Amino acid sequence: MSTRRMSYFEAAARARAAGLVDAGSLVEFCPPERRRTSPHLARLDAPVAFDDGLLAARATLGGHPVLLAAQEGKFNGGAVGEVHGAKICGLLRRAWAERPAAVLLLVDSGGVRLHEANAGLIAISEIMRGVLAVQAAGVPVLALVGGSCGAFGGMGIVTRLCDAVIMSEEGRLGLSGPEVIETVKGVGEFDARDRSLVWRVTGGKLRRALGEATALVEDDVAAFRAAALDCLQQARRASADLAALQAAQAALEARHANYPAARDGLEIWRAMGLADAERLPMLDAQEFNRRLAALDTERVQ
Amino acid sequence: MERFEVKFPASAAGAAQHPVLAGVVSSGNLEVLVETGADPAACSIEVNTSAHGFRDIWEAVLGDFAARHAVGGLRISINDAGATPAVVSLRLAQAFEHSRTEAP
Repeated sequence: MSTRRMSYFEAAARARAAGLVDAGSLVEFCPPERRRTSPHLARLDAPVAFDDGLLAARATLGGHPVLLAAQEGKFNGGAVGEVHGAKICGLLRRAWAERPAAVLLLVDSGGVRLHEANAGLIAISEIMRGVLAVQAAGVPVLALVGGSCGAFGGMGIVTRLCDAVIMSEEGRLGLSGPEVIETVKGVGEFDARDRSLVWRVTGGKLRRALGEATALVEDDVAAFRAAALDCLQQARRASADLAALQAAQAALEARHANYPAARDGLEIWRAMGLADAERLPMLDAQEFNRRLAALDTERVQ
Repeated sequence: MERFEVKFPASAAGAAQHPVLAGVVSSGNLEVLVETGADPAACSIEVNTSAHGFRDIWEAVLGDFAARHAVGGLRISINDAGATPAVVSLRLAQAFEHSRTEAP
């Protein structure tokens, strides 16, 4: 295997998936030669993709059997259409039946594909149900977010249902994307062209600091692999009983109370007491994680 | 979308062992699927493109590709979203090369 670093952000979904799992272990379900293309896109006379923008596969990770789905962000923004969604649902059903060591969702999606919105919305809700069923069966579901489209809309919700969320700083996580917020609420509310603002609000570092991402890694396929392996070894699903849900609700309320007027990540970092908040975007993942851990230790003492 | 299929007589390539996909359907890009076709002495290429009215240029680019490589026996399928001829040539060459070398 090449020792050259492969950017997770730049790589296509197939290259990410192949680099993430054990070399040569990947076996695809419903591969491109099956030509399960979107009937909706065809009806709209729009370009289709042979895999409808989704790779679904079995593989091993550190020798453990896993099932994985990788969204191709470059095809229609990784958006979930009927076939794309059905492939994820089918994978989750297989996971429910087979009980692999984990399911890996390589999320790179703006949400529902607007060309086939009704089918896409239904698919998203089926994916959510599928994730919960797989988790209830004791199989951890991991989300990996580091592509150009991030994880937004329904796929943002799916990501947050997962047992672990591994992100790079380049990855983004949210519900409504920046352009959507600007369109609906105006440029005064959110300037989607302000790249710095976009990443301060939705980027991996803020998500990690707020605890929504469980790991922050460099933009490197090998780093994502290492973090996923780590999750496999210690994957224990956060229980979803009433006490856990109440604790999560209390934490959200405390967060809202702690940063009542914060407009973006910078203000939250300052309020958290992270030194040199302006310089945090420049730090590599390791140093950022170290400072975050130091802050946690301080708080405990 | 504009769809058409072209067929070139070609020397046998020794068939693709496994289907290979190269590229992604996104603006200015295309995907190329290489499989083993029915006729070992010909290469069939099916094009599905969002750019209308460029069939002449497609045929020139595809003919050039078929002349350069031993493509007999291959069935090639393309989904295109407005790639330039240079990108098409590179993507075809990449897919062909992978079809020769890629492990199962």
